Amino acid sequence: MENLAYFRGLFSKEVKPNSSPLSAPSPFSVMVRKEVADHVRSWRFIIMVVLIILTFLGAMYVSLKNISAAVANEQDPDRLFVYLKLLTTTDGTLPPFHIFITFLGPLLGIALGFDAINAEQNNGTLTRLLAQPVYRDNLLLAKFTGALIVISVLFLSLGLLMIGGGLIITGAPIEPVEFFRILGFIALSVLYVGFWLSLSICLSVVFKHAATSALTAMGIWLFFTVFYGIIINIIVTALLPDQYSLAPEAALAYNNLLLDLSRIAPGQLYTDATTTLLMPSVRSLGPMTMEQMAGAIPSPLPLKESFMIVWPQVTGLIAAITVCFALTYYLFMRREIRT
Amino acid sequence: MENPIIELNGLTKFYGSMKAVDNLHLRISKGEVFGLLGPNGAGKTTTILMMLGLAEPSAGTAIVCGVNATTNPIAVKQKVGYMPDSVGFYDNMTALENLMYIARLNGMPEQQTEERARQTMEMVGLAGEMDKKAAAYSRGMKQRLGLADVLIREPEVIILDEPTLGIDPSGVKEFLSFIRHLSRQQGLTVLLSSHHLHQVQQVCDRVGIFVEGKLLVEGNIETLSRNLFGEESFTVVITVKEPLPASWEPLKELEQLAAIRNINISEKAVEFSCTEDLTPDIVRFFVEKGLNVMGVHKKEFGLDEIYQRYFENNLKKNISNGKSGLFQRSFFKRSKTQ
Repeated sequence: MENLAYFRGLFSKEVKPNSSPLSAPSPFSVMVRKEVADHVRSWRFIIMVVLIILTFLGAMYVSLKNISAAVANEQDPDRLFVYLKLLTTTDGTLPPFHIFITFLGPLLGIALGFDAINAEQNNGTLTRLLAQPVYRDNLLLAKFTGALIVISVLFLSLGLLMIGGGLIITGAPIEPVEFFRILGFIALSVLYVGFWLSLSICLSVVFKHAATSALTAMGIWLFFTVFYGIIINIIVTALLPDQYSLAPEAALAYNNLLLDLSRIAPGQLYTDATTTLLMPSVRSLGPMTMEQMAGAIPSPLPLKESFMIVWPQVTGLIAAITVCFALTYYLFMRREIRT
Repeated sequence: MENPIIELNGLTKFYGSMKAVDNLHLRISKGEVFGLLGPNGAGKTTTILMMLGLAEPSAGTAIVCGVNATTNPIAVKQKVGYMPDSVGFYDNMTALENLMYIARLNGMPEQQTEERARQTMEMVGLAGEMDKKAAAYSRGMKQRLGLADVLIREPEVIILDEPTLGIDPSGVKEFLSFIRHLSRQQGLTVLLSSHHLHQVQQVCDRVGIFVEGKLLVEGNIETLSRNLFGEESFTVVITVKEPLPASWEPLKELEQLAAIRNINISEKAVEFSCTEDLTPDIVRFFVEKGLNVMGVHKKEFGLDEIYQRYFENNLKKNISNGKSGLFQRSFFKRSKTQ
């Protein structure tokens, strides 16, 4: 393909030398290309990829060891989804892959975005870049798109590798439903990392020093993974009257409040959504009353129903990304760009 | 000036309550080399950024190549090449890659970028260092690369912000004569800002002196010095071997001459300010009086003197009351009315 394009350019130059506007790529795609190239060659991305691949291999190894037991488990309504089992089975020595992503994903997003704008500004390349005939927002968009492309390719290839490896090792054919669920899981992971990416790009606009923005992003990440749950628990315990004297409806309301609060954390949204997608028998993410459960046969949900359950989570993640991105725009568009 | 390529009308920029650029009117015609002179913090860079549409003026308009830079920055940036004062490059890319990236951003077709980049690198004299990483470049080389970066876009106007910063003296000379050569050869309009007077003096057709956001004067250097120093435009300093007394009697004779405005004696040196060039007469007078003349120095007013006149007060003021903004402003008003 590339050779062909090269020759086409070679010949057309002789015929009509002014066909240039057609072959010139738009500044935006040039910037995205450069961003992708930068990420792929950067050490920090390589280190993150190695980390993620290691956890992926570890999780796969553990699940492959236990897959026969998991598939044979008569109690489990999901036992027939071999590939979903491959992603979720564990014997307790290592968490499954999607749990790993819950805390490695933010790190990846932060690593790709924390110095997006301030490094350019500190190196003096920002002024030079913006003196070219490019729109200012194209730079932000290119930073985001470039990193997102890299992340998507990474997760997609990991997912496809998993499916391919599974095909060879287990020999079980893959159901279309499973394939779409895994694709959904990959898309969710990209969205989740995308949130941390847009947050860290936003911080890179706010803070002049790359180190400050990296530390702040890490702080937010630590807060949500470690402290947020604890704080929510403390607050709800303080509000909650004696548990045993509570009417069932009131207990349910408190429980829902606890869940709603914890879903402010993007990690919780991601965990909820991936669990639903990877375990088709999950019917609800909140508590259910006995009436609701009555008559339900423990069986996997159809794909569409699972998507319906995770839709609020997906919307929440997209909204969080949009808010961060809009804030970045707002801060960056009228900002002084001199060093 | 019929056809100005850069036209600034009442350009004003506030940073909070601080006026960085104050009602600036400036016209630069095509093919001119214009020097924007001023001390640090005079608002030179702000003005340049407004010309490129990278900063928004609080009032007034900047029209470059017939296009309003504030409302249509992309069209301006297509025609103007800008080299910022601390020009930076992507350290992980080679110099050639840096240049090719800029060429692509300017919509150059892919098959031409490398060739054009190589040509431009040769033009600025970096042919041997093309494939080095930009991180390995010295300050002077970066400056040249910055120029290549401007030239590869084939601009109509080049704006250079402190282009000689950090280059050694011989490099500066070469750099500036190259810019002048380019301007003459290709009819480029060049605007360069600097606080180095001598350098600007060498290459500029016209200069504008810019202090505290105001353009105090503009014109070529001779006009400037004539305007500034009025009639006392010749100064001769005679150095003699033996120190002279503060009121040396024979000098009275010279004071009678109409052309001599002022005489200053400081030990061995005597300074004459005159309206005509009286150097031979003065030297003859000293020799007739039997004094051993060690040196004769005729001062011509260059930018240095001009600069001094304008900035001396400003500098002192900035040092003495850097803290109080109010005082500073009132002081400035006073010095303005002088």
